[in-house]
Amino acid sequence: METIQKGVGEGITSELALVQAAKNGDLEAFSDLVRRYDRNIFRIAQHITHNEEDAQDVVQDAFLKSYQNLDQFQGNSKFYTWLVRIAVNEALMKLRRRRNDRTVSLDEDVETEDGSIPREVADWAPNPEQLYKQAELSDILKKTFQGLAPGFRTVFVLRDVEGMSTEETAEMLGLSVPAVKSRLLRARLQLRERLARYFKSKQAGDGQQ
Amino acid sequence: MKCTDFLKELTDYLDGRLTENLRVELDEHLHWCHECHVVMNTTKKTIEIYRDNQLYELPEDLRNRLHQAIMTKCRGSKPGKKTST
Repeated sequence: METIQKGVGEGITSELALVQAAKNGDLEAFSDLVRRYDRNIFRIAQHITHNEEDAQDVVQDAFLKSYQNLDQFQGNSKFYTWLVRIAVNEALMKLRRRRNDRTVSLDEDVETEDGSIPREVADWAPNPEQLYKQAELSDILKKTFQGLAPGFRTVFVLRDVEGMSTEETAEMLGLSVPAVKSRLLRARLQLRERLARYFKSKQAGDGQQ
Repeated sequence: MKCTDFLKELTDYLDGRLTENLRVELDEHLHWCHECHVVMNTTKKTIEIYRDNQLYELPEDLRNRLHQAIMTKCRGSKPGKKTST
């Protein structure tokens, strides 16, 4: 039977009631929380790690850690906010391990200024996504996204893919609101710049099909 | 308004979070600056493309397997307590 999904945190039973029940040992309640948020956590993890195996591990580890640390969850923020924070940390840790690189963090490469000055200002085709088959388009979008620094990927996926507010994103990542805004702008502009090479409108007589 | 000033406000402009006065100023800039108009439009399109093309959906069979694995691990644990293993 299909679970009724209205979006993040809008299920039938309140999130807080489920968390409270889970804290008291109600495993079914925790199972409901997993079902409520597993798709979101998987998507976020995949966007950050770009590796399905790692993303699966992140989903498992994030939920298990949240279960094991439920007593530390004070209820000052939403459970989902807390869960995403755990998942993002797990995802960044996976990247670090895979790259054997301690510098992978939310701050990596985000201080460079030139990402915010557009160099490519050619207009795009009216419906650029229709220039490619769905599979090709997905590959382009994934490849382009992967080129962003992890700190930019993380902010973009939470704000623009998952539709969190700037304030929620800031809380999830432990960043200030201005820091989220600045990273979001740079992430959006860098993606735009990189996608331009695929989506630029062709000149008249340029062999458009 | 200079293009760099426009760019600073681009995120709030696209998110519809500007004061009315500032939004009018930006609209005026867009009216005569073709380059900023293109940057604004293509940035908007970038966001829409990523939002609409759900790149990483969780397949139902994998979802069920993950759910089972998570719940098995939780059963061997207690809320608020790590397993002794």
